[in-house]
Amino acid sequence: MSSIIQLSNITKFYQVGEEKVHALDGVSIQIQKNEYVAIMGPSGSGKSTLMNIIGCLDTPTSGLYELNSTNVSDMNDNELAKIRNKEIGFVFQTFNLLARSDVLHNVELPLIYGGINSAERKKLARAAIERVGLTDRIHHKPNELSGGQRQRVSIARALVTQPSILLADEPTGNLDTKTGDEIMMLFDMLHKEGNTIILVTHEEDIALHAHRRIRLRDGKMEVDEAIKNRKVFTQPKTVMA
Amino acid sequence: MKFVFDEFKEGMAIAFAAIRANKMRSVLTTLGIVIGIVSVTLMGTAIEGLDRAFNKSIAMLGSDVLYIQKWPWGDRGDDWWIIKNRKDVRIKQAKDIEKYSELAKAVNPATGAMRNIKYGQKLVENVIVIGTGSEWLETSGATIAFGRFFNRLEGDGGRPVCSIGSEVAANLFPNENPVGKVIKIGGYAYRVLGVFDKQGSFLGLQSLDNRVYIPINRFFQEFMSHRSDIQIMVKAKSVADLENTKEEVRGILRKSRGLEPKEPDDFAINQQELLIQTFNTIGGVIAAVGLFITGMSLFVGGIGIMNIMFVSVTERTREIGIRKAIGAPRRTILLQFLIESAALCLIGGIIGIIIAFPISLIIDTFLPTAMPLSVVAIALLVSVIVGVISGFLPAYRASRLDPVDALRYE
Ligand SMILES: Nc1ncnc2c1ncn2[C@@H]1O[C@H](COP(=O)(O)OP(=O)(O)O)[C@@H](O)[C@H]1O
Ligand SMILES: [Mg+2]
Repeated sequence: MSSIIQLSNITKFYQVGEEKVHALDGVSIQIQKNEYVAIMGPSGSGKSTLMNIIGCLDTPTSGLYELNSTNVSDMNDNELAKIRNKEIGFVFQTFNLLARSDVLHNVELPLIYGGINSAERKKLARAAIERVGLTDRIHHKPNELSGGQRQRVSIARALVTQPSILLADEPTGNLDTKTGDEIMMLFDMLHKEGNTIILVTHEEDIALHAHRRIRLRDGKMEVDEAIKNRKVFTQPKTVMA
Repeated sequence: MKFVFDEFKEGMAIAFAAIRANKMRSVLTTLGIVIGIVSVTLMGTAIEGLDRAFNKSIAMLGSDVLYIQKWPWGDRGDDWWIIKNRKDVRIKQAKDIEKYSELAKAVNPATGAMRNIKYGQKLVENVIVIGTGSEWLETSGATIAFGRFFNRLEGDGGRPVCSIGSEVAANLFPNENPVGKVIKIGGYAYRVLGVFDKQGSFLGLQSLDNRVYIPINRFFQEFMSHRSDIQIMVKAKSVADLENTKEEVRGILRKSRGLEPKEPDDFAINQQELLIQTFNTIGGVIAAVGLFITGMSLFVGGIGIMNIMFVSVTERTREIGIRKAIGAPRRTILLQFLIESAALCLIGGIIGIIIAFPISLIIDTFLPTAMPLSVVAIALLVSVIVGVISGFLPAYRASRLDPVDALRYE
């Protein structure tokens, strides 16, 4: 079985003044369909850089990245934009919603850039919003929502194009523990439905939702292991209501 | 295609949301464009008005009429002193042309003076008294509203009769028929034969209706010596004959004025064409300079737009990052900011036209013009173009932003 993600010897350097910062230093990872991966590591270890490269927001300085067996490591800006639109669902720590647009429009946006017609767009966006349990907030602006609700909107936006992978960079970092747990249950549900999920976190508790744990240190992979004692949660549905 | 349309719609929605979110700033920014559009449209309107006024006036001169005068129209070169010292054009020359010309359809001398006119207790001051021949209507193209012009017999005989302009008639005879009444022109009695149709003014300067016309032979007796300078109007049989008529008249005049073969002409044969040429050169320069100067204000307005668009792009760096992260290609970001900039300018253009329109009505009171629809259309088009041009650099910068950097922007 071929991997969804195949990273071979990926490096990312930043030139800061005289100094060369090795954000990533020879990282190789393979991720299969429907895996649930937690990326961990201390601050500055290269987690976000790795996520940005996997999410095609950034390109590596060297190394090969194949996504669905397509080499994306030297694609140009517009080609990457298309990949991001079709294949990647990104969830950010700071939500990154458009402040002036309501929930529906925020979720609809990737479909606009994907060239989906208006009727189809509305249908898909409403379905995605329903899955994260925000149907009754569909015309609210982000500043009229709680942090947890905002993160659900951004998850709905990530889901709406039915991407190959969901990427979440510290999705619970700006939320309290209870709300964070709810968001994690949502990810668990999405994983059960067959999605491939990669999430960055520095909380061991959060990482326990995943099946596999990767630890980075100074841009290098330190640990890559299966998680045995997974946290088991109650049915997400009850929380969603 | 559908995709582009949806993108465009999204771009419009974003643009108007952004403009609405910064109402005050948007209004202040468009002010430069407003001023630019107001000045450019008004300049365009004024130039159009000048052109129409000129064409209307110039038509009065008639394209088939020659004007024999001491002074040439248009460019005089450095010959001012020579021209000044020329012999006057005299009544004798008019008579000679009449006698010898075969191509002229009508020949008519004319000269003028300013006098007060009285009828009973009513007085009109500073009326232009034209002494002329009986062919005036033929050579000037003017028409009589009622009554008539003096005939050849009355003209040659220097009878004390006159035809009066519509303004004089209105002033002296508010509620009676002037025909047959006797008025005093500069103290001398004249019987009114007829009243002219309203003619307006020549080049917006001199009213053609505040005039009276009397036989030139009478004029020489009462107002001026018959040796004084006059002009002679010669109407050709047709425009096609004008050049031949001109040559014939030149020959007659040279002989009449006793010029030796090697001497240059000491008179000018003027025609409408000359004025048109002069106007086209002067008018062209005025239009170019005027539009350039007013265009500068539009340019300055465009710079203001560019500046605020840079601000807008910087403020929305994060938004740009979000849009790129979820798959907006460069083209879409570029389009979004171009639309915003064009929309800002278009709003400025519309406000500009709303302001300029009433002002153009004021101009209309002294120049025959109304803001032409073409000027409105061009103004709107120009403002959109200014928007696209001044928005391009900021929009281009936005479209090139690196998504990771843009998302990190605080
Ligand atoms: N744009 C950049 N310019 C310079 N250095 C950077 C840039 N982005 C990240 N880095 C550096 O790369 C390293 C890894 O950063 P990051 O991937 O954000 O770490 P993490 O998300 O694990 O905290 C850090 O040392 C950081 O300072
Ligand atoms: Mg990070």
